[in-house]
Amino acid sequence: MKEFAYRRATEVRDALTLVAAGDGARYLGGGTNLVDLMKTGVEAPARLVDVRFLPLDGVREAADGGLVIGATTTNSDAAAHPEVRRRYPALSEAILAGASGQLRNMATVGGNLLQRTRCGYFADPSQACNKRVPGSGCAAIAGEHHNHAVLGWSRHCAATHASDMAVAMAAFDAVVHYETLDGPGELPLAEFYPPVGDTPDRETALPPGALITAIALPGSAVSPRSRYRKVRERASYAFATVSIAADLDVRTGSARIALGGVASRPWRARRAEAVLREGPLTADRFRAAADAELSAAEPLPGNGYKVTLARNLIVAVLTELADRAPA
Amino acid sequence: MTDDTHGEIVLRVNDVTHRLLVDNRTTLLDALREGIGHTGSKKGCDRGQCGACTVLCDGRRVVSCLTLAVAAEGAEITTIEGLAGDGELRPIQREFVRLDGFQCGYCTSGQLCSAVGMLAEHAAGWPSAVTADVSPDAPAPELDAAEVRERMSGNLCRCGAYPSIVRAVLSAAREEVAG
Repeated sequence: MKEFAYRRATEVRDALTLVAAGDGARYLGGGTNLVDLMKTGVEAPARLVDVRFLPLDGVREAADGGLVIGATTTNSDAAAHPEVRRRYPALSEAILAGASGQLRNMATVGGNLLQRTRCGYFADPSQACNKRVPGSGCAAIAGEHHNHAVLGWSRHCAATHASDMAVAMAAFDAVVHYETLDGPGELPLAEFYPPVGDTPDRETALPPGALITAIALPGSAVSPRSRYRKVRERASYAFATVSIAADLDVRTGSARIALGGVASRPWRARRAEAVLREGPLTADRFRAAADAELSAAEPLPGNGYKVTLARNLIVAVLTELADRAPA
Repeated sequence: MTDDTHGEIVLRVNDVTHRLLVDNRTTLLDALREGIGHTGSKKGCDRGQCGACTVLCDGRRVVSCLTLAVAAEGAEITTIEGLAGDGELRPIQREFVRLDGFQCGYCTSGQLCSAVGMLAEHAAGWPSAVTADVSPDAPAPELDAAEVRERMSGNLCRCGAYPSIVRAVLSAAREEVAG
């Protein structure tokens, strides 16, 4: 590991200044991903600015009936919060489906959004990876890619985003709030992760040096019956093969659907949502919605199973939501 | 700090204050094992994947291999060396011994610290990924084998002592939480 300086910030402005001042300075939250990547040399910051002592912790009420989750709130605290569980159960379920009890106690929700892909080639500095070293190529597309993207990838990178939490955030139209030395800003989650294109190294739309301060869940997205379901290669403590966060209003056909494990970002299934709005909500309609979303899929030679899996998962969860709906 | 990349830190471990000169790269695990001599916390993977290094930070279980020692300054750290009272095993330790909750023992200190943290989380009403209904208005999830397996999934046991670990955790649960 490269040597680094360590500073604790207690004011947001100090944190911003400390990161702006130094080449290669990084914010440190729980460190569950960053410290791991520093050990392998994928990350080599010259300075870490510890943000866990900033006044950004906790869940508070928003004026619109939604919730605002402070950026340094741990994954555990967010998942256990009674109002998160009551209003956005799929978010609580998504967080609980990720990592382990120990890691959720450490990881922050701001850091969760910023976690890097678990592509094995990204994690290995001896391999070609356009995300880690732009222009070096992508070893995954011709290599081991059974858990890589089937939607929205490019020939430069087929890595998936690893977060479960962000999938539920995408379904709920969460808004990321951040601070910079030039003032605050916000990004809807739909715009937070740019398309891969030819810049897989550009993973978020945050301005340089920006610090995530909170994630807002809109009151209009309160979904007490929402559901997160995750398919993985073992029963617990594994990244998603394919996952889904969903809610369905059986009276109107209004749905919120986001997929995980299929793309470089949480994949909002707007095509499927559009088909559902045309109603009626029959089994055929659910299949048509899933087919509409997956019609854009472009699987690699080794991960075509994900297309079938995603289609089946959409149908299964919509069926479950319809069956559980009050008469 | 002596310079930008090294410095003296103060760690509170098992109610004792330790002053250590550390390189900022030092993990809490290495500070405990090499700096303080508490070798009960084990280095399995050193990548946050196996749980053998689990300790409690301010009462919450964390992996000490991904915690920087400098970042742990100010926290109350409890390791396996501090889990028992005055020479008497606490219930979770006693039940691991009684019910063979281990074979080689390498993962055991992490399993025990994790179990203590996990039982507190369950007692606080936290749901898990196998809890049928996470709503706060639903009944709190009863601690059964499925809940224990899910909540302890961050602790690997290469000997495969899981069935006995689950039995030991369930057997100790009520006593542990009653304290």
